[in-house]
Amino acid sequence: MTFAAVSSMAHAGEVEVLHWWTSGGEAKSAAVLKQMLEKQGDSWKDFAVAGGGGESAMTVLKTRAVSGNPPSAAQIKGHDIQEWGDLGFLTTLDDVAKAGHWDDVLPAVVTKVMKYHGDYVAVPVNVHRVNWLWANPEVFKKAGAQVPTNMKEFFAAADKIKAAGFIPLAHGGQPWQDATLFEAVALDVLGSQDYNKAFVDLDMGVLSGPKMVETFATFQRMHNYIDDNSPGRDWNIATSMVINGDAAMQIMGDWAKGEFAAAGKKPGKDYICAPTPGTANQFTFNIDSFAFFKLNNKDNEVAQKHLAKTILDKDFQEVFNLNKGSIPVRLDMNMDKFDQCALDSMATFKASAKTGDLVPSMAHGLATTSYVQGAIYDVVTNFFNDSDADPKQAAQQLAKAVKAAI
Amino acid sequence: MEHTLSLTKLKAARPGLADRLQKWLPKIVLAPTMLVTVVCIYGFMFWTFYLSLTNSRFLPSFNFAGLLQYEKLMDNDRWLTSVTNLGIFGLMFMFIAIVLGVGLAILLDQNIRQEGAIRTIYLYPMALSFIVTGTAWKWILNPGLGIEKLMHDWGFTDFQFHWLVDQDMAVYTLVIAAVWQSSGFVMAMFLAGLRGIDSSIMKAAQMDGASMPVIYWKIILPCLRPVFFSAVIITSHIAIKSFDLVTALTAGGPGYSSDLPALFMYAHSFTRGQIGLGAASAIMMLAGVLAILVPYLYSELREKKS
Repeated sequence: MTFAAVSSMAHAGEVEVLHWWTSGGEAKSAAVLKQMLEKQGDSWKDFAVAGGGGESAMTVLKTRAVSGNPPSAAQIKGHDIQEWGDLGFLTTLDDVAKAGHWDDVLPAVVTKVMKYHGDYVAVPVNVHRVNWLWANPEVFKKAGAQVPTNMKEFFAAADKIKAAGFIPLAHGGQPWQDATLFEAVALDVLGSQDYNKAFVDLDMGVLSGPKMVETFATFQRMHNYIDDNSPGRDWNIATSMVINGDAAMQIMGDWAKGEFAAAGKKPGKDYICAPTPGTANQFTFNIDSFAFFKLNNKDNEVAQKHLAKTILDKDFQEVFNLNKGSIPVRLDMNMDKFDQCALDSMATFKASAKTGDLVPSMAHGLATTSYVQGAIYDVVTNFFNDSDADPKQAAQQLAKAVKAAI
Repeated sequence: MEHTLSLTKLKAARPGLADRLQKWLPKIVLAPTMLVTVVCIYGFMFWTFYLSLTNSRFLPSFNFAGLLQYEKLMDNDRWLTSVTNLGIFGLMFMFIAIVLGVGLAILLDQNIRQEGAIRTIYLYPMALSFIVTGTAWKWILNPGLGIEKLMHDWGFTDFQFHWLVDQDMAVYTLVIAAVWQSSGFVMAMFLAGLRGIDSSIMKAAQMDGASMPVIYWKIILPCLRPVFFSAVIITSHIAIKSFDLVTALTAGGPGYSSDLPALFMYAHSFTRGQIGLGAASAIMMLAGVLAILVPYLYSELREKKS
């Protein structure tokens, strides 16, 4: 008995964390977590799988889970958490959550994503706002245009910029980027309530309704302001077009800020971050999170709980999000060290959590399952690349594709 | 009595043991390979077929769902696009690669100088991975970087070549890149075939007054039938398994206009968590391969016997 107690003291637990934060700023962020855990006496076994935006990591995770040897935690987000919960692999973190008052410090929309059947099974790491418009003020000045706040202004500004010989909208023609753009338009045209109805509740009426037709029509108009070489372009190349002054705007989540920062640009001066047209008080969130797996080693379970607690620790939240360009997920943070874009983001995050304008991102897998998301991707990207496409027909196709994927 | 009988039996069997061992040894040696093949090829084929009949999504499940996944597949616009694309890409690629390969081989067969060097140059693209080919051609065909920009810079500002970003033409860019890479290899195969033909046949035909084109068309090419057979098998399998080329060159885009079945299968099985649908598409691909290859193999092998 005594021996067991002593030995468990001597051998602190080990956490194994599967993630794909392998690039510069990301790797630095992961290292912070490692240090904080090691300070608490737990050992950290890194399990980083690079590449493919997590595709390869998920394949490895599936193999490990099926063979009965899952890691302590894995970077899983959005609806995939529910999927893993359904398969019975996840452990509950309710005791840690209760001790840390997670229900009070996190918005309810966020905790809903982290819970499976009412129990916490995952911990959020950060919040990315997806409905951002990144603009180059220099180009706007040369074209004599204003940074748009609604769709009407957007098209007016885009016309001026095009006439001045610049590319109005930098875009990468990959399905997920098409979906990101589509989602921004949908948020404006549909409004938060119908947005949720369409992409969270999968309401067929809204998906094929007149507002969705209008969304597709506006989305199609945007294609006129994108250069012809966009198909297949990576998002960061599109961002660099804004940085270099070849293009005026880009609609992309706040991970784009990392590209501006890496180029030595200052927010407000060298670049402007503004909400996408017409969505000033709305917030489309994309949250990175860790899901926690059932383990069969008591020491490791204790270490696992330490990990869960540490992720929501204020110090970690600050350091991590400063590195990553996102904002902390806690509502009670001191934001002194963050830049203006992050402060704006945080203010909208808090305000929209109260008004119901905090909506999950469809394009980034927070709103719905990966199969429905895939079906939407197919319709959206096919529509966007077909110049003769009919918005009315597209809305019908969208409803049909979603129905088939449910 | 009984004792002596069994003794004679034993005596009779003794020389037989070594014989039997000799008879069984090849089978024993081959057994592991055989087992691996049966399990890892036919076993997995069957496993995929079984998965295609279930409602597997995220991980394989065993809930039987009948032909549901096949129904979904037939109703899926992206799948139909990818199958059509495979038809266009596969046929054009095979046809052009073989015609070019034969042409190059015949030209190289005229006892020219530096043949070895030229052959190496033609064959070299095959040494590259399709990923490299795809990336290189992506730059060459991109209107903002490659041929179109070059022509504009030279002053031909009306020149247009933007197939890569055109939804209707993107699939043909796959053909260009694949032909560029593989026709040299096809050439090498035909060259080997040509070298195997007895030159006295040609001389005899020349004595009879046949011209060179006629000799090639009527005599040499029919002799190369087995080489055609191999070339079709190899290029068709390159076409059907094409994944890396399309991933690097167009990633199935713009939209999903240049999608191929292999890409569809990968996306659905591994990134969209629809293993059932992915398995169904894999089985459809297998069925397609069998539908083409079995009759061809049958006719080729039967003729050889007779």
